[in-house]
Amino acid sequence: MLTALILADSRFPGGGHVHSGGLEEAAARGLVVDEPSLESFLHGRLLTAGLLAAGFAAAAARGEDLAELDAELDARTPSPAQREASRAQGRGMLRAARRAWPSERLSALPRDPHQPLVIGVLVGDAFEAALTCAYLSVSGPASAAVRLLGLDPFGVNAIVASLDVEEVAARACKELPALGSPALDLLAEAHVRREGVRLFGS
Amino acid sequence: MFDVKGCVSLGANHGPDPHDHHHGSAPRIGIGGPVGSGKTALTAALCRALGSQLELAVVTNDIYTTEDADFLRRAGVLDPSRIEAVQTGCCPHTAIRDDITANLDAVERLEHRFSGLDLVIIESGGDNLTAVFSRGLVDRQIFVVDVAGGDKVPRKGGPGVTTADLLVINKIDLAPYVGADMDVMISDAHRMRGSLPVIAQSLVETPEAPEVAKWVLEQL
Repeated sequence: MLTALILADSRFPGGGHVHSGGLEEAAARGLVVDEPSLESFLHGRLLTAGLLAAGFAAAAARGEDLAELDAELDARTPSPAQREASRAQGRGMLRAARRAWPSERLSALPRDPHQPLVIGVLVGDAFEAALTCAYLSVSGPASAAVRLLGLDPFGVNAIVASLDVEEVAARACKELPALGSPALDLLAEAHVRREGVRLFGS
Repeated sequence: MFDVKGCVSLGANHGPDPHDHHHGSAPRIGIGGPVGSGKTALTAALCRALGSQLELAVVTNDIYTTEDADFLRRAGVLDPSRIEAVQTGCCPHTAIRDDITANLDAVERLEHRFSGLDLVIIESGGDNLTAVFSRGLVDRQIFVVDVAGGDKVPRKGGPGVTTADLLVINKIDLAPYVGADMDVMISDAHRMRGSLPVIAQSLVETPEAPEVAKWVLEQL
């Protein structure tokens, strides 16, 4: 449980703070401008990208083949920019984890692994891993919204607290989902091609 | 005489202190300081001064786009493939101190591209007087302030002014125009820093920052 808490903490030094999960592009396009539009964005992200990632974290925690899971998650992530963002965060988390929780199983991860796999291996319990992953899928973009849009941090925190992260984590433990989120795919691809101001890595 | 190829024992003469070069790769020097103090100009000057004698690479952390990287590329002081820009998620101090992942990734990309680097310069985005580099990211750090920011900056202190391995006071040619008292500024800086070095310079008068370049070479 402590490992899950540390990984979910925004102060964990795994590189998560430079990723907005599409929020920067959504804000730049005026799609997220205030608390209601942020809530809608986070709700959609949790039920698509969040559920998908949480499913893979749970599967990795159950001890399933990591190379196979990595390839399966690639296949479910059509946007190259999103694949790179997931692998960048996996690489960062792995770098920090090797120091904090060295183990044989970490060595079994592929090079530059997708982040949900790293979470699954580190947390070890399927539900806790899924919960951590699902929470991170919304907490990062929520923090980015505070930084980019100057939204009230209490309001944003209340939105995150109101999302049904536990329900999503429970669903994620049942099977490997294959959800699409075309809007997030498009935002990620537009973001990586953006000329001019770009404050986040994704 | 300045050929330091193969010499990567940064900090070897300094005993087991936090400066120890522990990451087993090219030595790294961080350049931090407030917005507009001349960090990028200093980085460009060091590239001009040292680029022909050292295997050099640069990571920039400008908060907006790749402004600093573009500046360095346009200045033609370094092969563009030796420059990496990182996004800092609106938090330049976090990226150099609390969570150095994005910067370490950039350093690793450069080291993968160029084996045998002698020095990696990591330039922070402009930040405030409390922003310092993590010792997990750099072996030495330079904090840059400028006279146009006001001659009271050194006595305000903060970790950047008081603890950086070198304090550079930039743009001293502007002192008469902004009413800055250089004597006060330099004596305040020494008072705040004890025995740590202070260099006052003008890149207009000395475009290759010779004193800072000499200090950098002494660290290798």
